[in-house]
Amino acid sequence: MVNVQVDGRWIQVPKGTRAIEACKQNGSFVPHYCYHPKLSAPGNCRMCLIEFGSPKMGPDRKPIYGPDGYPEISWIPRPQICCSTDVAEGAAYRTQSPLVDECRRGVMEFLLINHPLDCTICDQAGECRLQEFSIDYGNAGSRFIEEKVKKPKRVELGPRVTLDDERCIMCSRCIRFSKEIAHDDVLGFTERGSHTTLSCFPGKKLENNYSLNTVDICPVGALTSTDFRFKMRVWFLKETKSICTSCGTGCNTEIGSREGKVYRQTPRDNEAVNQCWMCDYGRLNFHFLHDERRMTSALVRDAEGTPQPQPLAKAIAAAANLLRQFKPSEIAVIASARQTNEELFLTAKLIRLLGAPLFDIVGRHQHADGILVSDDGNPNTRGAQLMKVSAEHPGSFVPIIVGKVNDGAIKALVCLSEDAVEFGAKPAALAKLGALVTVNLQSNATTAAAHVALPGAGFAEKRGSMINVKGRLQRLNRAVQPPAGAADDWEILRDLLAALGGGNGLYSIEDVFKRMAAEVPAFAGLSLSKIGDLGVPLEGKI
Amino acid sequence: MAITVPRPDLSAAEKTYLPALWEGLKVTARHFKNNLFGKGKVTMEYPEERWDSHLPEYYRGVPALVTDEHGKDRCVSCQLCEFICPPRAITITPGEIPPGDTFAKTEKRPQEFKIDMIRCIYCGMCEEVCPEQAIFLQKDYLVVGTRREDMVHDKQKLYEIGGLKTGLVNKWDEKK
Amino acid sequence: MPDFIQPWLFLLPIIIKVVVVFAVVMGLVAYASLAERKVSAFIQDRVGPNRVGLPLTLLGFKKDLAIGGLFQPLADGLKFLLKEDLTPGHVKPFYYWLAPALTVVPALLTIAAVPFGSTLFGYKMVVADINVGFLFVFAIASVGVYGIVMAGWSSNSKYSFLGGVRSSAQMISYELSMGLSLVPLLLVMGELNLGKIVEYQAWHGWTLLPFTDLRIQWSPHWEISGLNWREILLWIPMLISFVIFTTAVFAETNRAPFDLPESETELVGGYHTEYSSMKFACFFMGEYAAMITGCALITTLFLGGWHLPIPIIHDGAFSLQTRTGDHGTLWGILNILTFLGKVIFLVIFFMFVRWTLPRFRYDQLMRLGWVWFFEIALANIVLVAVLLAFFPK
Repeated sequence: MVNVQVDGRWIQVPKGTRAIEACKQNGSFVPHYCYHPKLSAPGNCRMCLIEFGSPKMGPDRKPIYGPDGYPEISWIPRPQICCSTDVAEGAAYRTQSPLVDECRRGVMEFLLINHPLDCTICDQAGECRLQEFSIDYGNAGSRFIEEKVKKPKRVELGPRVTLDDERCIMCSRCIRFSKEIAHDDVLGFTERGSHTTLSCFPGKKLENNYSLNTVDICPVGALTSTDFRFKMRVWFLKETKSICTSCGTGCNTEIGSREGKVYRQTPRDNEAVNQCWMCDYGRLNFHFLHDERRMTSALVRDAEGTPQPQPLAKAIAAAANLLRQFKPSEIAVIASARQTNEELFLTAKLIRLLGAPLFDIVGRHQHADGILVSDDGNPNTRGAQLMKVSAEHPGSFVPIIVGKVNDGAIKALVCLSEDAVEFGAKPAALAKLGALVTVNLQSNATTAAAHVALPGAGFAEKRGSMINVKGRLQRLNRAVQPPAGAADDWEILRDLLAALGGGNGLYSIEDVFKRMAAEVPAFAGLSLSKIGDLGVPLEGKI
Repeated sequence: MAITVPRPDLSAAEKTYLPALWEGLKVTARHFKNNLFGKGKVTMEYPEERWDSHLPEYYRGVPALVTDEHGKDRCVSCQLCEFICPPRAITITPGEIPPGDTFAKTEKRPQEFKIDMIRCIYCGMCEEVCPEQAIFLQKDYLVVGTRREDMVHDKQKLYEIGGLKTGLVNKWDEKK
Repeated sequence: MPDFIQPWLFLLPIIIKVVVVFAVVMGLVAYASLAERKVSAFIQDRVGPNRVGLPLTLLGFKKDLAIGGLFQPLADGLKFLLKEDLTPGHVKPFYYWLAPALTVVPALLTIAAVPFGSTLFGYKMVVADINVGFLFVFAIASVGVYGIVMAGWSSNSKYSFLGGVRSSAQMISYELSMGLSLVPLLLVMGELNLGKIVEYQAWHGWTLLPFTDLRIQWSPHWEISGLNWREILLWIPMLISFVIFTTAVFAETNRAPFDLPESETELVGGYHTEYSSMKFACFFMGEYAAMITGCALITTLFLGGWHLPIPIIHDGAFSLQTRTGDHGTLWGILNILTFLGKVIFLVIFFMFVRWTLPRFRYDQLMRLGWVWFFEIALANIVLVAVLLAFFPK
């Protein structure tokens, strides 16, 4: 630990801390563009200029100590950037002074010289550092009377990123991210001086699975997400803290939604899971929520075998009546590790109640990319294992179940959030089943054959918890309401349980978690609110 | 502090209230007489008589979108008016201008722009907040419809009402 | 003519009278509401209803005929008929439905005993020529309060209830002074039959204007008749009676400045808060019918009823003479019109008062009724009795 003075206060910070971080720890925010805590610091935006000082040395080359026991400071007359300087014993920083203010004003004026000032159409408006610092240190008018430099606009850097070069302030965050984090060095500057232009290397494209993180870290509106571009101004978005459910990593996210529609997902800082990054696939994997294939009412087959929309309560009662007609040995349950712990807990109860000997989750093995994407394509495999809904090797029973369905040994199938056809079940065999009950948010080949198809909710529409591959219990939050007609999966399962076995006293998702915490040792002492925004590690308990 | 207002001393005649009653009847009778013979008329009988020519310069009628002298639809769908609108009457669906368009420079224009005239309170905040000089409160005040949907002005209707406006700052001309 | 009809033929003129009187009163009620709106509009420098005319466009014409809103009452009536007839769930339905009827019927019934003309084709122009017509009118008029009390109570809402309670208190208070104020008249005239009261006024001068039977003769010798000390002295108590009675009629009909039972600012709508559509219209009509009946009573008792003094100079004398239907059909019709004119004049006066005076406070209303009018009316009776002792008939 070293002693440093920030704005007149002495604090202790670990050795190797950057000066800008030391200032931050003291509560003195230093405006900056190019610096990013997860990237190297090239120090090219010059916004973080502050005054530096070092201990005053006596004739004996020893620091002169003041009456408070700390060294007296001699200030360097010129400002320096604090983002690429590491702390040193006895160093002193002044983040607020007339000189520093003047520096920031000057830097801001230079940065805005060639800026197109098209905030009215810029997607970054509202979360733009240039706007923010311009309010603090900008001029009301421009003194620049010459022609502004024109640069390429609407450049497609890759399939998901669109670049507006005029807005770029050459902070090089995106270049460093591609090189250092995504290990896909495709970006660079061309030209010189004020004509400097960001572009891809010839013949290359910014198309790695992490390209949209450059949009997040771009302090201005130069890099924009092609998916989110011109869709909604950011100040309208309600930000809901949630997690990504596209793989086992469980990246922490913020869901931006407005009036029942999800517009974007952005990564949320969590050092234990995803730092501040997120893969493009997971980030864009929310459009299915507003798909036209969304189920918006329960469908029950009538006497002729045509699916008819029914009120949810009636459909659940019909499902219970159907399932009751079969012996336990004739029933199989395909659950999903895309369900939350609460849903899986209720699914386990359903399996026990039906006495079904055959049940499993669908396993999704994929190739891990060594950055964030996990080799488990399911977000909650460990939850399924914990709830004892999965076989010993997740997914190993699915082929058996499917085989028995196909040869008619199984007469009733409950398929939750999965499509059995995808795993080899023949639609003709499904049609021959005595009872096929599905809970799904989208219609698919299995729901098409279902006797009772119940409409569920998507990840952004429900609350609950999941356990990622590292055994971290994390929380989903509701950003938007499910479409009219659809319901929370846990409520459907609860009602189905109640219809089969009587009331169960579960009225809210908190009730379910409370019941779960009482029955599952790993969750002892936890509640949904105790999980918090950053999750709780369960390693060792499961 | 409470102020005590002294009650006026009334004479015996005044205490019967009859003189006051008489005076009151005189006043009402005078007005009745004047109006009966068409004098003292202050009401403007609306559909037949209009106050269009009396509208002040600052009159705030229906908000509408304007087109400039180049035929450019000014609105870029920045949604600031939607944000500021106190009764939340404005709904904008932003959209992109395709690269081939005459005004592709601007990149963005509303796909749909709706003002619910049942909600609109004619406050003029949208005009004040607009950074593109695109929305102006017109002198029109006649908004009628027989269904709720009729009372929602869509983009086409808004540009129709707004018409052409000259003398605006054309900042997009300088863009590449 | 078949024989079996013969015994029932006497009913015909009665039925005609009933139908005509009913129609005229209802018409008056309808147009009184229009007049009220117009008068108030003019007093307040407004225009008032001026749109509803003949909907000629419905018949294929290009333009509707708007005659200064003359058909407004028809539109109002149609609207009331077509509106949803709502009976709130919290009311007591039987009384709730009964109340509007109980308000309208007495108001219309009272008019039966009021003579609205002298004679026409030999028939007396009164629906029911009862010799205790005076008492009949009071008996029936006081039933009207039950409608309001019932409405207030059965509506089962605090506003209606307060309105009903206020109304009953108000009506009872003013009924006393109303009745007492008329005792002097009875003392003077010695009659209970309203027709005879009017006839008395026709021959002896109106109660309020005793010189309407004036006769001034200058040739062959000077002589003034129709005005004597008795009449002049009795004029004073009659004036007092008139003021008290008129004020009491205001209070009885719940008109401003005594409209506390329905004072909007405090009680929403008063006793008819929970009423809508035609049931509300019944209260509305009842109120106006009561006002018209009240005006007809004032006319009958104080303003000579159907009597119109005809000035005639004949044989060196100027005299105000009486002409009845016996002098010719035209005179009979003129008498009816006179009566109507007087009533309409009074109705407009009522409206003027409503749009001039602010509403009384409740304690003022009670004080006026019980402390002033009651006592004055009593003293008035004594005064007349004393006067009559000195000036017998």
